[in-house]
Amino acid sequence: MSEIVVQTNELTKRFGDFTAVDRVSFEVRAGEVMGYLGPNGSGKTTTIRMLLGMLLPSGGSASVLGFDSTRQAEDIRARVGYMSQKFALYNELTVRENLTFYAGVYGIRSSDRLRDVIELVGLTGLEDERAGDLPIGWRQRLALATAIVHRPTLLFLDEPTSGVDPIARRAFWDMIYYLADEGVTALVTTHYMDEAEYCTRVGIMRRGRLLSVGTPSELKQHAVPAKAWDVHAEPLLDALDALERIPDVVRAGLAGDHLRAITNIGVKASHLRRALIGEGLKMVKVTRVEPSLEDVFLALAGE
Amino acid sequence: MINNRLLSIIRKEFIQIWRDPRTLVLVFAIPVMQLLLMGYSATTDIRNVPLAVFDQDRGSAARELLDAYRAADYFLIAYDVDSEDELRALVDSGDAKAGLIIPPDYSVLIKGEGSAQIAFVLDGSDPTVASTSLSAAQFIAQEHATKLMSNRLSRLGQPASVEMPLEVRTQVWYNPDMISAYFMVPGVIATILYTLTSILTATAVVRERERGTIEQLIVTPIRSWELMVGKMLPYVLLAVMNTLEVLALGSWLFNVPIRGELGLILLLSGLFLLSGLGIGLLASTIANTQQEAMLTVWMTLLPSIFLSGFLFPLQAMPKVLQLISYVIPLRYYLVIIRSLLIKGVGASALQDEILALALFGIGIMTLAAMRFRKRLD
Repeated sequence: MSEIVVQTNELTKRFGDFTAVDRVSFEVRAGEVMGYLGPNGSGKTTTIRMLLGMLLPSGGSASVLGFDSTRQAEDIRARVGYMSQKFALYNELTVRENLTFYAGVYGIRSSDRLRDVIELVGLTGLEDERAGDLPIGWRQRLALATAIVHRPTLLFLDEPTSGVDPIARRAFWDMIYYLADEGVTALVTTHYMDEAEYCTRVGIMRRGRLLSVGTPSELKQHAVPAKAWDVHAEPLLDALDALERIPDVVRAGLAGDHLRAITNIGVKASHLRRALIGEGLKMVKVTRVEPSLEDVFLALAGE
Repeated sequence: MINNRLLSIIRKEFIQIWRDPRTLVLVFAIPVMQLLLMGYSATTDIRNVPLAVFDQDRGSAARELLDAYRAADYFLIAYDVDSEDELRALVDSGDAKAGLIIPPDYSVLIKGEGSAQIAFVLDGSDPTVASTSLSAAQFIAQEHATKLMSNRLSRLGQPASVEMPLEVRTQVWYNPDMISAYFMVPGVIATILYTLTSILTATAVVRERERGTIEQLIVTPIRSWELMVGKMLPYVLLAVMNTLEVLALGSWLFNVPIRGELGLILLLSGLFLLSGLGIGLLASTIANTQQEAMLTVWMTLLPSIFLSGFLFPLQAMPKVLQLISYVIPLRYYLVIIRSLLIKGVGASALQDEILALALFGIGIMTLAAMRFRKRLD
């Protein structure tokens, strides 16, 4: 087992009556790309802010690279890279000026390093463009560049792909993999379910609670005692109503030209088929499928 | 000692200032505008007050009296009227600010041993103009009366020049012509320094919070003091350039003297800047948006302007306001800058004010530094 680089223990943050993060315990191991999955407002950002000492926890504790998040925040900050939700760039500064600024703040003056980082994120040739003039996908790359300019071994990326088009998202994940190959550990928050599939391990957050942690396949197999089904039937919307009336169906929804149903573990294909035919539906076809992470999340969230 | 982090912040801040030409233009244009407005409009000098004259005598003696009024440029005899009603109408409408009524028997009365009464009517709705006009009117009449008296005595065979039992020899020091600009220009320097440094510092810090860049700064190894100092220094430089700008304009346009040492002026202005910067930083720790920051600073600005002696003399204010004025840094700096420019005194004459400013500056800075932490909550 590789070394633990992030560990939280019953980490809690309350804002008044609102509990943003509720007794969250998890760990990140060196070399992992850990996904932190959950909808907006589920407490992902607050967790990262506590890890970096920007917010004081209301309870519990956290350590990063062996340093305590509240008392040794500066030791942590010098060693990690952080890319915040808002891409903290100065719009009126050029690509190079933004990077030079953050490099200077980290005590890096080598222009070779700046050139390498610009090349790594694919911004070569755009050095003199104002950050504010760049399309969002490129701003996001620049934000990554500023977060890694000091060669951190641990990266916190908070919603790095939010608002970015799918191609740019994919390209960004390629960069994360590239960094991971170089030995960088990354904790990435996202609300895109498909991105969780790219992660070594995933933690699922909802309303401040960490519902489950595991590799994507572990989550699909064990996280929820449920089965997933692809259901074809005509007419489709009547079939959806019918499925929702079956007590063992946890949830049902449209999935393109068919329906996706999550049911309790004891349900068999024949049960579903019979129930649907009994409702007068035609061309009924029920297939057992592996649940996607989205199914897992929805099943966990629906409890 | 070269501190890379501090230098980076300062450099970044300068680029940002440079890339925001609108603000930069305002920073240099506002002082010019304020100086021109204050220097030319906020004058308490009285000149050419329009006067309506109702001369019922029409004799040569009356003309002599009017010539005396004409000679001093306080009044401009703008209307020659034929009735009291007409005079009243002119004052009512504001066309005339004052009226002089000479009785029909004026010449007769002053020829002999008698005494004539002339009436001087004043529009008191603007007390500043009224009080100055009043003393000017009295002064002119008194002077004329003295002349008439000595004429009378010489006609009686007495020597023409008579010693008055009491004579006041007035000497106005530092500003013998009592030019308002001498009083206003230092005040403008003081308010500009305070306003610019506090507002610019506050918005510069809050802008980082508004845009979310503060979050990124917090996770860098930069120290709080480096962030604070790095944010302030560029604006200190701007403020110093502003001071020189206003000083130059003041002496060029209004001939305001710079009698004290320039080095001392800049040094003590720097000391005063501590308070402005501190207020700005403190406001930035309270406000979440640039607008809030601006309003917070404005809240301190109004009392500063009114209770510092910038426009109105403190000695005439109610006791409570006088007490409040002691906690207004601008008050001390006004004394300093006016004394340095107009009186040309040295630091030893200003010890109390320097001490007060130093205490304020250090106090506010400490408070701001304590609140200025690298955390979000």
